[in-house]
Amino acid sequence: MLPVMVITGTRKGIGRFLVDRYLEKGYLVAGCSREGFEEPMPKNYSHYCLDVAEEKAVISMVRDVNKRSGPISVLINNAGIASMNHLILTPTATVQRVFSTNVFGTFNTMREVAKVMMSAKYGRIVNFATVATPLNLEGEAAYAASKAAVESLTRIAARELAPFNVTVNAVGPTPVMTDLIRSVPKQKMDALIATQAIRRMGEHDDVANVIDFFISANSDFITGQTLYLGGIN
Amino acid sequence: MNSEALQIVKSVVQDLSGELGYDGLHEVSSETALFSGPDSIDSLSLVRIVAEVERVAEEKLGKRVVLADERAMSSRNSPFRSIGTLADLLTERMGE
Repeated sequence: MLPVMVITGTRKGIGRFLVDRYLEKGYLVAGCSREGFEEPMPKNYSHYCLDVAEEKAVISMVRDVNKRSGPISVLINNAGIASMNHLILTPTATVQRVFSTNVFGTFNTMREVAKVMMSAKYGRIVNFATVATPLNLEGEAAYAASKAAVESLTRIAARELAPFNVTVNAVGPTPVMTDLIRSVPKQKMDALIATQAIRRMGEHDDVANVIDFFISANSDFITGQTLYLGGIN
Repeated sequence: MNSEALQIVKSVVQDLSGELGYDGLHEVSSETALFSGPDSIDSLSLVRIVAEVERVAEEKLGKRVVLADERAMSSRNSPFRSIGTLADLLTERMGE
C-alpha cells in the first residue's frame, strides 16, 4: 500500500512542484486548491476544489481521502496567500482574508488530519512559515503576523500530538520565485536577500529538502521546530 | 439515552482500554465513571476517546457529530464524567 500524503494549495507554485516530487517518491497524493487542477491529472493524484478556510469542505476532503486511499501519513500545509502593503493602507478585509487561509486553513487541515494520524499512531505534519516573521519585514504586517500564528500553532500542536507519534514542524522559506512575490519590487527583494547569510533566492528544491527531512521516518525526535532557509534566524 | 449511542461509547472505551492502559475499562456500563477511582483517565486519553467516538458515530450514522465544543466544555456538569453521560451527549448531538 502506498503512503498517503495531503498537500494543500497544489494548483501552482511550490505546491504544484511538491505534487510531482512526492508522486515520484511513491506517495499517493491528494491535493486541493480553490480552483481546479490541470488536466490530465497525474497518476496517483486526486484533487479537491475547496477553500481550506471552509471547515466543512476540509472535513469532507479528509474523510474522502481516508476512505479511498487509507490513513494519511503526511500533511503539507502549503496553501497560503500574501498581502504586501503598509499597515495604514491595509483594509481589515485583507487581513481577514490572509488569516482565513494561512491560519484558519492550516488549523482546519491540521485538526482533521491529526485525528486520522492519532488513530494510526503515526504522522508527519509540515506547515509553512516565512522569513518575513523573524525579519519583521515592513509592508508585510498581515502576512508575517499570520505566519507567526502558524509557528505558534506548530509548536503547540507538536506538544499535543507528540504522544500519538505525530510530529509537527514548519519550514520558513526565503523568497522563492512564485506568484506570491511576483509583484514585489526588485529593489525590495535585493534588500531582503541581503539580510540572509546565504544571499540568493530560494529554489523549490531548497524547500523540498527541508520537507524531506521533516517527514523522514528517522525524524521522529524532531518536532515543534521552524526551520528558516538562507541563514535567517 | 439512545441505546445505539450507549453501544458506541461502550465499545470505543472498551476497545481503547488496553491501548490506553486502563484495565478497569475492559468491561463498562453506563454507570462506569471516567474520572474517579483507580481508572480515572488522563486528559490525553479523553481526547483519544472523544475523537474515536466522533469517528465511529460518523461512520455508523453517516453524518458528522461534534462532541467537544464550547457548549460541552462549559457545562456545569461535565458530560465526559461517565460512560452514561457521554452517551447522553452523543444522543443529544445525534439528534441535531
